[in-house]
Amino acid sequence: MKSEEVLKNIREKFKDDIIDIFAKTPKRVYIEIKPSALTKIANYIFDDLEARFNIASGVDLRHHMEILYHFTIEDINLVISLRVNLKKDNLEIDSLAPMFEAANWIEREIHELLGINFKGHPDLRRLLLPDNWPQNVYPLRRDYQEWDKDAIRDRGL
Amino acid sequence: MAKRTIVPIGPYHPLQEEPEFFTLTVEGETVVDIDVRVGYNHRGIEKLSEKKTFDQSTFLVERICGICSTSHPFAYTRAVEDIIPIEVPERAKYIRTIIAEGERVHSHLLWLGLAGHFLGYNTVYMWAWKLREEILDVMEILSGNRNNYAMFKPGGVRRDIKTEDISPVIKKIDSIVPTLNMLKKAVMDDPVLHARTKGIGILTKEEAINFSALGPTARASGVARDVRKDSPYGAYDRVNWDMIVTENGDVFDKVVLRVLELYESIKMLKRCLLNLPKGEIDAKIKSIPPGEGIGHIEAPRGECFHYVRSDGTNRPSRHKVRAPTFMNLPTYKATIVGETISDATIILAAIDPCYCCTERMAVKNIKGKKLYNGEDLVKLSQEKTQKLKNKFGVK
Repeated sequence: MKSEEVLKNIREKFKDDIIDIFAKTPKRVYIEIKPSALTKIANYIFDDLEARFNIASGVDLRHHMEILYHFTIEDINLVISLRVNLKKDNLEIDSLAPMFEAANWIEREIHELLGINFKGHPDLRRLLLPDNWPQNVYPLRRDYQEWDKDAIRDRGL
Repeated sequence: MAKRTIVPIGPYHPLQEEPEFFTLTVEGETVVDIDVRVGYNHRGIEKLSEKKTFDQSTFLVERICGICSTSHPFAYTRAVEDIIPIEVPERAKYIRTIIAEGERVHSHLLWLGLAGHFLGYNTVYMWAWKLREEILDVMEILSGNRNNYAMFKPGGVRRDIKTEDISPVIKKIDSIVPTLNMLKKAVMDDPVLHARTKGIGILTKEEAINFSALGPTARASGVARDVRKDSPYGAYDRVNWDMIVTENGDVFDKVVLRVLELYESIKMLKRCLLNLPKGEIDAKIKSIPPGEGIGHIEAPRGECFHYVRSDGTNRPSRHKVRAPTFMNLPTYKATIVGETISDATIILAAIDPCYCCTERMAVKNIKGKKLYNGEDLVKLSQEKTQKLKNKFGVK
């Protein structure tokens, strides 16, 4: 299957759930989808298209949060990034970890660094932050304020 | 139910790349559960990168890892080039490939040496690290540094390779091949080593796919997955080389795979040096437009993935870094359960994360009474090899 064909299939199969498809280069494509459709589209890409889950990256934009789920289909040399936008007053999305183990850790990471809740995640403990880190303080958010008065700071040059 | 014991491993050791803390639950000699806690060395590089310019971030990400120090700048510069998008000049592609492959050789040799040490083969350890010294000298001639080469910049490389350096470098690379042959023979033909590593810590193909395992960890389980072949970058589609794939997924296959990859890397190094094209080494990027870019490359341990977003200023507005161990580490859950505790050290090491956790091991029973410490566990592993040696009648 060629990458145009793959994209055409995705577009037809999920035409109600896709907001926008942006093929930046022949090797990179960004698909913006509705958050409610994430699990079925991710499942299709991972299982049926035999893609590999690269990673997810959460971004705090001023008015909403965004998560990008990156997948690679190795046979056709294509990186698909699924983009979901989450409203700041409802930071919740379905977890992909029950479908494939690869999403387990990164969801834990996004949960603690950006404060996004993953519904149905089997084990949403902290991964990177220390135990004495206060609750509801999310370091990767734009409005993050330093809370630890004793921390060693990068004072810059 | 048999009595369960909890074995804490970690988190700190000066030799480790990354401190980690493992909790092994054992029943008698058998491991029944494992949990991993990371984050002891979380330096907030993603946040820090948002405060640096695109050029400065190259050197910031070079500090993420001391062993595969070039793989992060490589992935990062490719992500920045993907935003524009721009192609780097041909000569720069070759120089990047040379540095990346040299790094793979020294990283695999380092792993081989340590794996030998944990199995009680200190000769392998000494030989492998002596060979590694030669390749570090090569890197010093080419880049000026034994490690943290600072060769990369968005758009190309910072330093050219001098023509007069090429022939002494090739001579030096050739000089390590006979010793490597000896080392390969020592690993492949030793019956004790076979008994000690075959069928141990198996990661099946299905599990490798489910965990999205990367690099040698996936390739040893029969998953033909290598960014250098799947999505060629640098000069990997210009020189001839083979992807090594083995089928069994046990520790032995991971050893063999890395030894064979050493030969491929040496082959590529020499071919790139001999066919180095003339021309510019820098595409001279003027400005970076708003947008986003993805860069991924094959580091010694697997795919290294960077996502960079630009808002049109001279700083990245978001920079996501994913090192290969992030995906490979959770596979412990599949490989270590059901194995004995004397094999735990080598299975933990087989993924090439950071061995040195093993030296910080301490075995405690439920009442908190200490039974073993890290040294004892390495000893335990070495004693098992000795027993096998006696059984096979080898000294």
